[in-house]
Amino acid sequence: MIGVMLGEAWHAMAANRMRTFLTMLGMVIGVGAVILMMAIGQGVQYSINQSIASMGSNLFLVVSGSTTSGGVRLGGGAAPTLTVGDAEAIAELPNIAAAAPVASGSAQVIYGPNNWSTGISGVTPDYLEVANWELADGYWMSDSDVRSATRVAVLGNTVAKNLFGDESPLGKTIRIKQSPFIIIGVLAPKGQALDGRDQDDTILVPVRTAQRQLLGQQFQNAVRHIMVQAVSAEAMNQAERDMNDLLRQRHRVRAGADDDFTVRNMTAMANTAAETAKLMSLLLGAIASISLVVGGVGIMNIMLVSVTERTREIGIRMAIGARRRDILAQFLLEAISISVAGCTIGVALGVGGALLVNQLTQTPVVITFASIALGFAVATAVGVFFGYYPAHQAAGLRPIEALRYQ
Amino acid sequence: MQAGPLIRISHLKKQYETEAGPVPVLHDVTLDIQEGEFVAIMGPSGSGKSTFMNILGCLDTPTGGRYELQGHDVAKMDGDELARLRNHVIGFVFQGFNLLPRANLETNVALPLLYARVGKSERLERARKLLTQTGLGKYAKSLPNQISGGQQQRVAIARALAGKPDLILADEPTGNLDSHTSQEIMEIFTRLNAEDGITIVLVTHESDIARYAKRLVRFVDGDIVHDGGVHEEAL
Repeated sequence: MIGVMLGEAWHAMAANRMRTFLTMLGMVIGVGAVILMMAIGQGVQYSINQSIASMGSNLFLVVSGSTTSGGVRLGGGAAPTLTVGDAEAIAELPNIAAAAPVASGSAQVIYGPNNWSTGISGVTPDYLEVANWELADGYWMSDSDVRSATRVAVLGNTVAKNLFGDESPLGKTIRIKQSPFIIIGVLAPKGQALDGRDQDDTILVPVRTAQRQLLGQQFQNAVRHIMVQAVSAEAMNQAERDMNDLLRQRHRVRAGADDDFTVRNMTAMANTAAETAKLMSLLLGAIASISLVVGGVGIMNIMLVSVTERTREIGIRMAIGARRRDILAQFLLEAISISVAGCTIGVALGVGGALLVNQLTQTPVVITFASIALGFAVATAVGVFFGYYPAHQAAGLRPIEALRYQ
Repeated sequence: MQAGPLIRISHLKKQYETEAGPVPVLHDVTLDIQEGEFVAIMGPSGSGKSTFMNILGCLDTPTGGRYELQGHDVAKMDGDELARLRNHVIGFVFQGFNLLPRANLETNVALPLLYARVGKSERLERARKLLTQTGLGKYAKSLPNQISGGQQQRVAIARALAGKPDLILADEPTGNLDSHTSQEIMEIFTRLNAEDGITIVLVTHESDIARYAKRLVRFVDGDIVHDGGVHEEAL
């Protein structure tokens, strides 16, 4: 029965090729748009989640605050008020898992004929875990490297590639600002940060080495920022308050005066970014869905025309024994056929379009089976929803009136 | 089969509601048709004969009176039961053939069997057999507009027979055909009536066609004015 009705639906569609094509086009565009938009939206979500996962969890970033110099207020991070000592004190707090001071700057690094400008971060052994990083090769710096300010370096993936190509950098000596450094390790690649910066374009050296030999800061022992990891997500609020109190005390900030540091809750920022991406993805999907509804209205319109045109045929079918539900099923199946056929083409175009966007703009796209399945489910639902009314009209005709219709 | 007439009609009334008020078409029609009869219904245009046929075929409903088919009151049946009657008990033959233009002949003939939920292979087999019996076997895959009017009407008869009906209702079956083809069609009806015992009721306004029947009913202005033999004076 279904087979025959599908055949009849096919005949009816084939009898009016242009009209069927145009009706289908609405669905093609609708489904194509939904698939494409979802692929792009989910791609953005995917890359943001990747960045967040690479960032480490329950993370604070403590940066030094602004300073006023001769009436000129400099921005955050300008005053070198944070020290390795601050980081060590923070690490002693109850809700803190670890605190990693980072002294950073940039420098030209040279290996043989190659040279490369990159960021240099002076860090402590805790950094690796707090920053959620792993070593790809070699070993990590030790406490004694920091204490005795040895000239060892761990390379980020991008730096290693640019200076050494396929060669293994381990044990080789590079020069940073004329000082030789022995490479003891290479970091695993981490990819882009939330702001799009390449996190792998960096060299890590012991913090004291950086302070004394590379960065030439005016204040001994100052660091750019401190990365702090709380023991758990629930402990983050308490940890933030404790840190504020501790740093105000250590920096001798008088009651009522502004902090000379800023504590940023990175996890909250990451969550905001993830939420934003999700919302954007949803919004794109919603806008695309509107075109799907418009496509559905097109199907409904053409099915109503079709029912009117074929009133006499409906009468004949009723006269030879078709029941109301036979007529209903026939027209419903025809609407669903148009809808699903349009959907199939739409999925193909949507997937093709997403891959094209990926090729042209390097934007990540994610095409999931779920979004394709959803496309088909929605298309069928649209076919049923918008096909039902015309089919119901057809089935509700009185046989004698349908037969007399000219 | 139950005792009693195939069709029993008593005090049947039909009026159409128009803006100018109700227009009566059938006043008070009482009529029995026994199984195996061959009845011709005649009458001028607007005499109510077509309306009467449509009510007989369960396509239209009367506004008054009672219609029993095979002993069952048609007014008490729901849509599905009426559809079943049109499928199994009644076979229609129309003046305009009313074949589905996009379907080939065997599909057209098999259509009632589709609605009777007969399986595909049996459906097509029976359809081809019926087409072969009417001499159109070789056109099974043709479309209706590829054959002549007389051939189309034979296909329509084959379709009416597909559901193995007890009753064939033919509304001006030869109205669109030339006299020679009309004779061929009438010979088919005569054979179905004589050999297969199928009850035939046909509407016509041609005396030549009515002569094939065994009983003549003449309508004038919504009333039966003659019911009996096919005499020359009645035609």
